[in-house]
Amino acid sequence: MSAPTYETAVTAYRPVFGLETHVELGTASKMFCGCATDFGAEPNTQTCPVCLGLPGALPVANAAAIEYTIKIGLALNCSIASWCRFARKNYFYPDMPKNYQISQYDEPLCFDGYLDVEIAGRTIRVGIERVHLEEDTGKNTHVGGATGRIHGAEYSLVDFNRAGIPLVEIVTKPVPDAGPEAPEVARAYVSELRDILRTLGVSDVKMEQGSLRCDVNTSLTPAGSSEWGTRTETKNVNSLRSVERAMRSEIIRQAEILDAGGKIVQETRHFQETTGTTRSGRSKEEATDYRYFPEPDLVPLAPDADWVEQIRASLPELPAARRARLQTELNLGPDELQALANAGLVDRFADTVAAGAPAAEARNWWLGYLAQQANSRDLEAAALPITPAQVARVIELIEAGTLSTALGRQVVDGVLETGDDVDTVVADRHLGLVSDTSALTAAAQAAIEANPDVADKVRGGKLAAVGVLVGAVMKATRGQADAATVRALLLEQLGVSE
Amino acid sequence: MASLHELSAAQTAEAIRTGEASATEVARVHLDRIGQIDGELKAFLHVDTDGALAAAAAVDARRSAGEELGPLAGVPLAMKDVVVTEGLPTTSGSKILQGWIPPYDATITRRVKQAGIVMLGKTNMDEFAMGSSTENSAYQVTRNPWDLSRVPGGSSGGSSAAVAGYEAPLSIGTDTGGSIRQPAAVTGIVGHKPTYGAVSRYGLIAFSSSLDQAGPFGRTVLDTALLHQVLAGHDPADSTSIPESGPDVVAATVEGARGDLSGLKVAIVTELTGASGGYQEGVLARFRDAVAVLQKLGAEIVEVSCPHFDYALAAYYLIAPSECSSNLARFDAVRYGLRVGDDGRRSLEEVMSLTREQGFGPEVKRRIMIGTYALSSGYYDAYYGQAQKVRTLIADDFRKAFGQADVLISPTSPFVAFEIGERTADPMAMYVNDLCTLPASLAGTPAISVPCGLSDEAGPPLPVGLQVMAPAMADDRCYRVAAAFEAAYQAANGPILQHLPSLGASR
Amino acid sequence: MSEDAPTVTREEVAHLARLARLAVTDSDLDLFAGQLDVILRSIARISEVAAGDIEPTSHAVPLQNVLRPDQVAPCLPREAVLAGAPAVEDDRFRVPQILGEEE
Repeated sequence: MSAPTYETAVTAYRPVFGLETHVELGTASKMFCGCATDFGAEPNTQTCPVCLGLPGALPVANAAAIEYTIKIGLALNCSIASWCRFARKNYFYPDMPKNYQISQYDEPLCFDGYLDVEIAGRTIRVGIERVHLEEDTGKNTHVGGATGRIHGAEYSLVDFNRAGIPLVEIVTKPVPDAGPEAPEVARAYVSELRDILRTLGVSDVKMEQGSLRCDVNTSLTPAGSSEWGTRTETKNVNSLRSVERAMRSEIIRQAEILDAGGKIVQETRHFQETTGTTRSGRSKEEATDYRYFPEPDLVPLAPDADWVEQIRASLPELPAARRARLQTELNLGPDELQALANAGLVDRFADTVAAGAPAAEARNWWLGYLAQQANSRDLEAAALPITPAQVARVIELIEAGTLSTALGRQVVDGVLETGDDVDTVVADRHLGLVSDTSALTAAAQAAIEANPDVADKVRGGKLAAVGVLVGAVMKATRGQADAATVRALLLEQLGVSE
Repeated sequence: MASLHELSAAQTAEAIRTGEASATEVARVHLDRIGQIDGELKAFLHVDTDGALAAAAAVDARRSAGEELGPLAGVPLAMKDVVVTEGLPTTSGSKILQGWIPPYDATITRRVKQAGIVMLGKTNMDEFAMGSSTENSAYQVTRNPWDLSRVPGGSSGGSSAAVAGYEAPLSIGTDTGGSIRQPAAVTGIVGHKPTYGAVSRYGLIAFSSSLDQAGPFGRTVLDTALLHQVLAGHDPADSTSIPESGPDVVAATVEGARGDLSGLKVAIVTELTGASGGYQEGVLARFRDAVAVLQKLGAEIVEVSCPHFDYALAAYYLIAPSECSSNLARFDAVRYGLRVGDDGRRSLEEVMSLTREQGFGPEVKRRIMIGTYALSSGYYDAYYGQAQKVRTLIADDFRKAFGQADVLISPTSPFVAFEIGERTADPMAMYVNDLCTLPASLAGTPAISVPCGLSDEAGPPLPVGLQVMAPAMADDRCYRVAAAFEAAYQAANGPILQHLPSLGASR
Repeated sequence: MSEDAPTVTREEVAHLARLARLAVTDSDLDLFAGQLDVILRSIARISEVAAGDIEPTSHAVPLQNVLRPDQVAPCLPREAVLAGAPAVEDDRFRVPQILGEEE
């Protein structure tokens, strides 16, 4: 039997997926101590007895972290626990200062919510099982191996600056009805979740910096069966694109095993950016028993109902509501806005419109040329080093006739390369359309004189031949002429009418 | 005139305040005494001569400058080595922390320093506070000043021996299942376990988080109360710290010493009378004598039954090991402490395991394994979960009992000081030292031990302690009753420590 | 002694020791198995108590919502942080080869 393709896999099997997302909260201090949380500090300069796990140290919970977690829960339509506790999750690892993580076990702060995602005209409701609060670990650097990864390393170095950073874990319920679009739905969920978190202002959600981390759970159910298959967990998924690729590759891999009559091993796998596939994690001798018990050093959390309502009332306009509003205000079709949302570009788009650009133009630029440029740089479009104001300016200059669309693209390239503002790039690179008619006329004259045979052809009725002369003028003006204007000028000079 | 080291803390503070003695003199006298007798007594793991003299000099300077000093300024104190002290070695009685110098002070260390108290050094203890005799210390076994072949109790045995042996008038211990009260009882001094949450745990090397409390030792109830006052109070660095300030235990002591307990209802707890056997007859005799004294002071004696107290030992030996198995996980050879076996070929997991095998003593290992067992999936509900339910029932028994009486009393321990090596072969034989002290630990309620006589059942005359238990936040009741009892006892018999055999060159 | 009293085998001790990162020598395995068995049998009495409907005590103080404001406080100076470390390299804690994977 030949290896399955994605299409055959999703025909024979129904993918079921779930996502676990960890979010580093952007609080000023750590979860259980007052250490600073700035990213990129010198190793072991942001630690104290508490986050180092020194004998005798005790945790005290960060009020802002609690509030942020409740905000996240409310934005995800969760119920907020009226009473809950922290719990110790016990396991040994060198980046764990206490060799237990203070987390939450069977009493999460928020639970039972949902997030609606739209794909290809369908709305899929992703259930949220729980949103809970815990502390992050330190960071290990592996030394001596070929790849800098743990396998084959001779020894490791540990930095505890990040130990104790507040972490929110968001766990979805299984999503059984996404069908073949499961990878896109998963990606869209993460994208929407990220937008929500950014809007709430609770995290800078930079996947590449690790402040937003996803684990993807995938399983396959044979078509027609009601029993769910064994699921695997894939870690090291560091971008939206990887979410999609990881799930795709895992679906194909599992289908191949099931097609051959094999069994899926419940395990943790690691996504590899370079190959786009997952590999098995090293097998553990026995499943880890975390021996959870309620954290005796912290007292229960009982968020006051009035406080929760205050937080709810203070929530900003969430992305879905914002999209609905923009749709009405800017008279856009739902698909148009959704395409922007799925690409993480709603903010960029809205800001470009706010800077004065017409909605259609703004949308076309972001989903068109800018998205292409992003792809070729392996970035998300929203991460391109160009601002909405700059994009609006380019559009404005095109509207004004200072730039052609082609020149506009060159200006964008210039902004991306140099970081200069639009007008500087136009001037430095002489990208403005030559609008001086006398200069153009002179250039047209010169082209005619340089190409007498072509000129004769045109005079003789072969209008198409004027293209050569247009090309010559464009070359002479380094592309900074409007082609249609040049053509009209040439024909006029040659005494020919369309 | 009594030597400076024979004064109580209150008398010492007064002598310094009036200028009769300088704090430096006082410190020197005590350091000399330690030098003379601690080779035998082995109460101290580390003596901080320079630090103590510097602290004493600072007190003298402030007094010369006319500053008003706190009630215990210049008084020497011995600190149990489970309490973190910046710049001073802190081992928790374990090899795994040999040589560790903490970079921070426990909150109670700071309070002691701020009060002008002169810390003489760190005292010996059972490793990680697990034990009732200091025989589990990785370093040395402390002797009981009453009989050097016997234990001073534990786990705060070094602190109790130091005070009973007149090496310091004050010391600090910690009590998780009885580790202040039992050593106080078997060395003939006063020791108090405060209401859980009354004294900060920040900087106490954790054994069992929901049970540990630091508390004072003294030769008199007043001294103990004065130190209690310095230690107690809210600490924002400890989430389990009670926000309200506690009652005035010094005032309660002074009032109690007037000797009038009329109107007070005192209950004997049926389950803590040794009725089912196992308590030494000498202990029971002294307890009966104590009841008679309280009656003469006007107290009404009743009896209450607290049926779940019979399960206190089982509950404690499930909860405490569970919490400690987690608390001791941080000793992993990575950031501090011992590292063994790192030969460039072994993995971290192996180095960690070897380090912990060599760094922890057998009792610690036993409790870690019991705790790991009790928390493991499949066993949690039956063991840890069940123990926490029984704990609720024990707290309920206390509540009901306090509906019928103001304080509960019992012997502090079923036994007087036992011989070194007598109870080390069988862990259970050691655990039963705590039978009377465990219930108050589990309920988080305050309890004090005050000397109530001598028993010669084991041979030499050895002290017996009376335990007085009160509801949560009512530490003052413990001190009041203890002070009343002490005054009456001493009026009839003189202070118990007058019978202490002499130690070293001077008494 | 109840019928459900545990008997702790060598293998169980070895398993517990592994979970707790405690290397236990062969001779100690038997010694500990015996001692743990005695202790656990005594502790197992806890099951005699009918406690079905009782709320477990999770905290010894009746407090809740103890929080601190989100304010930065001074950290320990790095020399102090690394001072007690068994091995240091590049201002980090150096540890031997790690076999297990991150969670």
